[in-house]
Amino acid sequence: MNSIIFTAAARLLVALLFVFSLFMLLRGHHLPGGGFIGGLIGAVAFIVYSLACGPAEARKALRITPEVIAMLGLGIALLAGMFSFFMGDPFFTGQWYWVGGDSYDTAAFSVNTVLVFDIGVYLVVLGGILSLTYAFEEET
Amino acid sequence: MSWVLVLPIAVPFATAVVAYLARNYAAGRWISLAGSGLSLVVSAVLMVAVLNEGVIAAQMSNWRAPFGITLVADYLSAVMVVITAITGLATAIYALGEIPEETERLGFYALFQVLIAGVTGAFLTGDLFNLYVWFEVMLIASFSLLVIGGGKDRLDAGIKYVALNLVSTLIFLSGIGLLYGVTGTLNMADLRQAVAQAENQGLITVIAMMFMVGFGVKAAVFPLFFWLPASYHTPYFAISAVFAGLLTKVGVYALMRMFTLVFVGDVGFTHEILLWVSVLTMFTGVIGAAAQSDFRKILSFHIISQIGYMTLGLALFTPLALVGGVFYLVHHIIVKANLFFVAGLAQQYAGSTDLNRIGGLYKSAPLLAALFIIPAFSLAGFPPLSGFWAKYLIVKAALEIDAWFIAFVSLLVGLLTIFSMTKIWGMAFWKPHPDGIDPTPDRAPARVTRAMIVPIAGLAAMTIVIGFYPEPFVQFATTAAAQLLDPTDYVTTVLGVQP
Amino acid sequence: MEALTAIVIGVLTAAAVYLMLARNFMRFLFGLILLSNAANLTIFASGRMTKGAPALVPYGADTPVGVVANALPQALVLTAIVIGFGLLAFALALAFEVYRRLHSVDTDEMRYAEPKEDATK
Repeated sequence: MNSIIFTAAARLLVALLFVFSLFMLLRGHHLPGGGFIGGLIGAVAFIVYSLACGPAEARKALRITPEVIAMLGLGIALLAGMFSFFMGDPFFTGQWYWVGGDSYDTAAFSVNTVLVFDIGVYLVVLGGILSLTYAFEEET
Repeated sequence: MSWVLVLPIAVPFATAVVAYLARNYAAGRWISLAGSGLSLVVSAVLMVAVLNEGVIAAQMSNWRAPFGITLVADYLSAVMVVITAITGLATAIYALGEIPEETERLGFYALFQVLIAGVTGAFLTGDLFNLYVWFEVMLIASFSLLVIGGGKDRLDAGIKYVALNLVSTLIFLSGIGLLYGVTGTLNMADLRQAVAQAENQGLITVIAMMFMVGFGVKAAVFPLFFWLPASYHTPYFAISAVFAGLLTKVGVYALMRMFTLVFVGDVGFTHEILLWVSVLTMFTGVIGAAAQSDFRKILSFHIISQIGYMTLGLALFTPLALVGGVFYLVHHIIVKANLFFVAGLAQQYAGSTDLNRIGGLYKSAPLLAALFIIPAFSLAGFPPLSGFWAKYLIVKAALEIDAWFIAFVSLLVGLLTIFSMTKIWGMAFWKPHPDGIDPTPDRAPARVTRAMIVPIAGLAAMTIVIGFYPEPFVQFATTAAAQLLDPTDYVTTVLGVQP
Repeated sequence: MEALTAIVIGVLTAAAVYLMLARNFMRFLFGLILLSNAANLTIFASGRMTKGAPALVPYGADTPVGVVANALPQALVLTAIVIGFGLLAFALALAFEVYRRLHSVDTDEMRYAEPKEDATK
């Protein structure tokens, strides 16, 4: 696509969409959102970029091939699930650590495996969708 | 405890991740091999746990059954997981010889490990929707594996395989939806009671038939098997073998699970249909094989015919028949995967799998000939190999309830199987090569043939061991069948486990 | 509402079957998409059509307050949509590759895996 308006707007849109995707990922556990929807929005950001500048340029911007991103995401999600092994809980049981308090109400923030799992999902979705769309774009 | 159940699924997934990251290096294939070895170890641990406790269950994420996802292993699940790991390891070794480097770079080993994870997950899950998810994991991996490496025939086969399997999945999914609508639960143990108490038993039977069609396509029973002979002869031999050994058996396993645990309200109707389906499956499969003249196409049709024996074990629905069915399932995975392995090595030696264009293998590769004889005769049911005991149990079960016609068809199909096997023997091994060349092992590099002969010899040895010492295996199958017929243990273990 | 959904499912399935009987693989795929939507609607309708809020637990409470919709079918449908999306994307990619290599998506013309027996043999 060779439209100067779209190319100029794409730069702004991509940054905005990408930040929004991270926002959706992070607000995930207690409010609507999460890794899946975040990953989709993140993928849209890169798809917009590839429409504006071509898939070759978009691949360069991504630095890592999307398949590897997806596989890394799978690995991260698996590790997050396996972590409960060390705590003696069944697979995928969320582990929560409160910083600056001892519960959701008092703590400043929490460190938990649920978010790690969501990050894994985010990467799987981002990588999966991008590998598909790039493959399609490059073939046509 | 729960980790015993999780690891057989988690190990292949982890292996897939690492193998994919290392796909451009030689390390990738050794990682896959090590991962398959580790899978076998954790499956053996699961087996020991099941032998000690009967049935074990675990609730994922600490969600109590029937609300969360349950993993559960009884004797049948445990033996299927172990046999999956064995086939996986054999294929991982075989792939070292067969798979070219370009295919490895596309992520062959990662896909293969995901396939194994999907199959194992399907055997271990105790939740119907989760079963659907595992089916899909397995399917997406198998789609890619089927067409990987290109070739027009692979693309053509891929279209047919993908199309029919997607339809079957959607029928299965609709069945899940309707079943949830009637019972309000998807936990298989919970479903047993919920289905028995459902008001609308007619609707339950309709849903049961939807499941039978959905799983029937996967298991390739009559008249839903057309995708199988259209596709199984095209991919790499390692992939053919693992598909032939495992994928259709997941369908059979799912049928066995659902039609012993959940849909037992109207046995006279559902199992009667399955009975005639099985008889027709056995017969059409073996007749189809007789018309073929390609090594792998003959074997593909024989998968169909053998599937009939397994579903027959389920359909007769007596304790002995189920013992036969379970025994057949295990024996067949080993034997059928092995025959496809042999076909691959025969192709390496003689240059083709078309029986009209090869020959003389007996003279130039006597070891391979001997290793073909074992699984081939076992498949046909020759004593004292494993297939004899499997067929013996099924036929005896049929005679016990005076089903003479069915016993007759089973024996007749066994006879026709011998015909096909001797045809392969005569044309590939016995007759001289039509081009006058001597098919020698030297045609392939030693590294390749060594990697390919090891799994063949290993699986043949297992066939012989099961054949000569069937006692512990039959004992095991008897317990497995008893658990299937009376799933009280299964239900209480699943629903009674407190987090 | 249930009756309307049931009719929609029926129409979708009928249209899907009609499309899937075509020899053209692309038509088959479109039929498959319709069928997968019909299956998803079936699951959704199975959870009973109730007028309720989303099943979210408000801040400070342990359980949802008031009448909430059954969340399980929604989760199942979401999973099924995602999986269906993945499989259909794969099938589409396969169809595209087939068209490029075999120059046809007519399943009758695809005889590469099972060539017609040659009469002279």
